[in-house]
Amino acid sequence: MSTVILDPTDERVPVERQITARTSEITGSVALLDISKPRGNVLLDRLEELLTERAPGIRVNRYAKPTFTKPAPDALRQQIRSDNDFIIEGLAD
Amino acid sequence: MSELPAFLLQDQGGKEYRFPGGRQSLICFVKEDCPTCNDVMPLLDALYCSLGEHLEVHVPGQTAQGNRELTERHALSVPLLDDSRLAVSFAYDIDTVPSLFLADTQGNELKRLVGFVREEWRELVESLGEVNVDWDALPEWRPGCGSLSVDPLISERLRAEAENSPLRARRIEVAAHDDEFEFMFDQGFSDGLPLVPPTPERVIRMLGGTSRDTQEVVAVMPPNMGDATVEKIAINAVMAGCRPEYLPVILAAVEAICTDEYNIHGVMATTMGASPVMVINGPVRQKLDMNMKLGALGQGNRANATIGRALRLAIRNIGGAHPGGTERSTLGNPMKFTMCFAEWEERNPWSPLHVERGFEASDSVVTIFTMTSGPTLMVDQDSRSGAQLAGSFGLCLESVFHPKAHFASETLVVVCPEHVDTFVRDGYDKVAIRARIQEVTARPVRDLIENDVSAVGFKKARAAQMEEPALNTLMPKFKSDDDIHLVVAGSDAGKFSGAFHGWATGEIGSISVSRKIEEV
Repeated sequence: MSTVILDPTDERVPVERQITARTSEITGSVALLDISKPRGNVLLDRLEELLTERAPGIRVNRYAKPTFTKPAPDALRQQIRSDNDFIIEGLAD
Repeated sequence: MSELPAFLLQDQGGKEYRFPGGRQSLICFVKEDCPTCNDVMPLLDALYCSLGEHLEVHVPGQTAQGNRELTERHALSVPLLDDSRLAVSFAYDIDTVPSLFLADTQGNELKRLVGFVREEWRELVESLGEVNVDWDALPEWRPGCGSLSVDPLISERLRAEAENSPLRARRIEVAAHDDEFEFMFDQGFSDGLPLVPPTPERVIRMLGGTSRDTQEVVAVMPPNMGDATVEKIAINAVMAGCRPEYLPVILAAVEAICTDEYNIHGVMATTMGASPVMVINGPVRQKLDMNMKLGALGQGNRANATIGRALRLAIRNIGGAHPGGTERSTLGNPMKFTMCFAEWEERNPWSPLHVERGFEASDSVVTIFTMTSGPTLMVDQDSRSGAQLAGSFGLCLESVFHPKAHFASETLVVVCPEHVDTFVRDGYDKVAIRARIQEVTARPVRDLIENDVSAVGFKKARAAQMEEPALNTLMPKFKSDDDIHLVVAGSDAGKFSGAFHGWATGEIGSISVSRKIEEV
């Protein structure tokens, strides 16, 4: 059952979760996360090729969740967060 | 003749029943675990079977499971209507089940019976038509039970959900798979510590702490210039962990900080790391069980801790002062979480703070002072005279801002009881303490000129234009004796008074403001 709470603010900002601000260029390290669904790696291999070709200065780190049926383990999420500036997740079908 | 609330309810099979339905109606609220309701169920069923042709018989039950059990237990033909949301029970404002209403074709109330008095029911039933009832088998009188709609926890939800609910704040639905505590962190509502979820029920309960209108705008709060309504302040008070009776203190404090004199915008925005200190005086201290004795400035007392926190959360959420946004403190300070304490007036031989500031001793008052440092201990276990002790205070207060910064700030001195006793023995009152502090801190202007040790103080170029008498003029630490605020708090043991150092004082900074607290 969902919980209802009342907004404590002056309500000038929408309540929806705000997405992180997007930047216009990719620098630093990029995580490619395979959620372990079949052929996700094919998509991510191709993305890695394109990223390396078009943004040659960046570093690409590959990760995989143990299973697509469960959230990523805490340790994996923390590692991705600490080692990367961006993440691309091969999400679902 | 009053009009009864209209309703649309379903029976267990999903069939809808509307009131008023164009015929005379009998409405009886019941719940399964009420013995009196069980006594009258066969009677209600007989009414339905005998008079159902020309009389609407509505029997709203207060739990869905209870309706199933009542139907089975009494082999009922009359449909029991599902009022498990209790919205209809609430709208009818019933305290007791069974409560029986007779209404005309337009839905106007003709008769109301509460509980079961056999003769009353018999008279009513016989006025409606021929019903086969063994009245002698029924008890003469039964009181009934409390309606679920007046159960304290449930009634708060019902008040929050009712059409005339006093709540207007945006409702945020936190999804079932989401954790409400994490959600509130993510939304930026928190000061970094967990918050109590401000559910409508809790906010309704909190609003019970004041008689002020829920939508009254207590103040317009910078930097967003957000409307600080009683409701919005109550929401933040819930999140801080307050009890409803604390709310009037927080409302008065919000009024105080949003004045031009207090200047909460500057207090939050300064890189110096200023924050409000709340001092509470008057009878409200005992009413709220506030701490003014051992550890009064520390942790462990709910009222002290949560009232101060509620004010800070209101500033953050309603005013929009976020660290990194308009809150620009270089270091910050832990008083930004909460800082509220009560004065131990009964241990104070002088006038308490609020009386000095023009209020009656019987008034409850909140005074807000702006601090940038402290409480800085003034450790003196040796002085045995008032002059020595106040002298020690002065030496310790040299460090406010910087030893060479005079006329720059003010101070709130919290005198501990053992130090009070030393002053009292020597006949030292507040006037004498202030004068002594000013006396021992007075320095000739020439000592306050920038030099190789520190560039703080009068600039050399300015000093070069001063005549000898001006350079010899003595400047005390504080521009006015009134910039030394004195209160009493702390335990009876220990010769350790404390001082909060102020922020920029006067019109360019923040001036302490007091507000009377509403008596509820």
